[in-house]
Amino acid sequence: MLAIKILGLEKIYNVGFWRKKPKYALRPLHLNVGEGEIFGFLGPNGAGKTTTLKLLMGLVFPTAGTARILGMEIDDPRMKAQIGFLPEQPYFYDYLTARELLEYYAQLSGVAAKERSRKADEVLAKVGLPNVAGLQLRKFSKGMLQRVGIAQAILHDPKLLFFDEPMSGLDPLGRRDVRDLMEQLKHEGKTVFFSTHILPDAEALCDRVAVIHDGELKGVGAVADLTSGVRGKIEIIWSGRIIPPAFKGLGADCHVTGDTVRAIVSEECQDAVLDALRNAHLRLISLSPVRNSLEAYYVSKLQPGKAAAEVRP
Amino acid sequence: MKGAPMKAAPMSRVFPIALNTFREAVRDRVLYNLVAFAVLMSGAAILVGQISVGIEKLVVINLGLTAVSLFGVVISIFIGIGLVSKEIDKRTLYTLLSRPVRRWEFVVGKFLGLVGTLVLNTFFMAIGVFGALLYVAHHFAKPDAWVLVALYFIILQFVIVTGLALLFSSFSSPLMSAVFAFSLFIVGAFAEDLRGFARMTKGITRWIATGAAYLVPNFSALNVITPVAHGQPVSGQLILYNTAYALIYATMAICGAVLIFERRNLK
Repeated sequence: MLAIKILGLEKIYNVGFWRKKPKYALRPLHLNVGEGEIFGFLGPNGAGKTTTLKLLMGLVFPTAGTARILGMEIDDPRMKAQIGFLPEQPYFYDYLTARELLEYYAQLSGVAAKERSRKADEVLAKVGLPNVAGLQLRKFSKGMLQRVGIAQAILHDPKLLFFDEPMSGLDPLGRRDVRDLMEQLKHEGKTVFFSTHILPDAEALCDRVAVIHDGELKGVGAVADLTSGVRGKIEIIWSGRIIPPAFKGLGADCHVTGDTVRAIVSEECQDAVLDALRNAHLRLISLSPVRNSLEAYYVSKLQPGKAAAEVRP
Repeated sequence: MKGAPMKAAPMSRVFPIALNTFREAVRDRVLYNLVAFAVLMSGAAILVGQISVGIEKLVVINLGLTAVSLFGVVISIFIGIGLVSKEIDKRTLYTLLSRPVRRWEFVVGKFLGLVGTLVLNTFFMAIGVFGALLYVAHHFAKPDAWVLVALYFIILQFVIVTGLALLFSSFSSPLMSAVFAFSLFIVGAFAEDLRGFARMTKGITRWIATGAAYLVPNFSALNVITPVAHGQPVSGQLILYNTAYALIYATMAICGAVLIFERRNLK
């Protein structure tokens, strides 16, 4: 069963004072996300990621198209009881304590009265904020608010989670915690749809990704497929700062960094470059095929011309 | 999600929103206005006792109830205009509306929360008014009970003003909402005069003036401060009419706010 089915969702804003001109925030979007998937929605700032999430949350209304979440309409409150949403740079009622906020949201989500306090403490511990339940949110740092945002999204044990830039404002440790949490959510059978422009996070977490740019979907694919392809090139690293003369004739792209040299050559030249290193008495450190990266896919979708010219491991 | 929360009655979501609105007002120190009111009433009671002879009660009731009305109207407008717009600006609404909360439940909850705050505020102010009354008269008389009716009518005013502030804030900026709500409050205070003026005009002017006179909230009918200060009773019929009028007017304002808010994009 599909967790999310987007059918031609489109959003146009009319901008200008006198003569209003249509501005496409999202061009007709068709997208399916299966249950249990971690789906990354990638794109630069202003690409239409947040607009898509707002449309799915019913915060803005589509100009055309529709979507079904967990088989229900996007304005169906029964569906909303089964989802969690973390907005970008979340802000909460700062006069409340973390526990008060979570109990309030739990009440609105239909969590039984006797369970609210326990749930609040449980999710605060889960997001790494076990000792601040009684602290007013106005005293929280940006990273702590982000964690509270994640806590309120998972509070009512939803089947499907929407995270808008979940790593935003987090330090490296916080990012790792959130990555771990998302993996845990996947193991629990949840579906996670998250937007980001941090590609290593998407590569590490996602089953599938979609790339969006200028409000238009540029591509969708499974991360495993996108990154498994070998580009017909190999990367060789050896110690020292010497580049054997034979490398010039092989069309190698060499870079000296400190006491190592890194070269990228075509697969057919593998034996020749190994011979050249052996003849020059240089110590080989590694030899590996150059695989496609999510970054290369992302760049190819955003700047097709540039990506074709680049070869990056 | 473990059960189906939407089986729960809408009030199970309206009530927490109202309670949170009340909590926000209290924690944002809105009730601190009571200190200013207490100082005003204490000062007035002491001063009136020294300078007026025989009309102490009249002055204290007039001053006290007028202050209750003005303090409350200022609070209802300034908080009312931010009830929706603040939640949109600060994006606190995003995590609320992504839950099984309908937009109308949010608007009604915010409205009830502010009205609750104003009722509590008025209750404490009423204690101040009766305290000052006791100070100048040394005892309560039977006609003083009509002060309670005047206070009830003042609360009805707050209900209407809060509804209007919410209505304006659902489509305009906080500043413009405040201007609209204050203007309407002032025009509404002279609604009876406006109706009298409409009766004196002819032709199209009469149509427009009559329409305007009945469109603006009739706050003058809700103002019984002067007769009550003179110890005059308020008829049961007026209480009934005013109650029905305020509830219908506020309901219409809230319905308008809901209709607009239901269609609003939260950019």
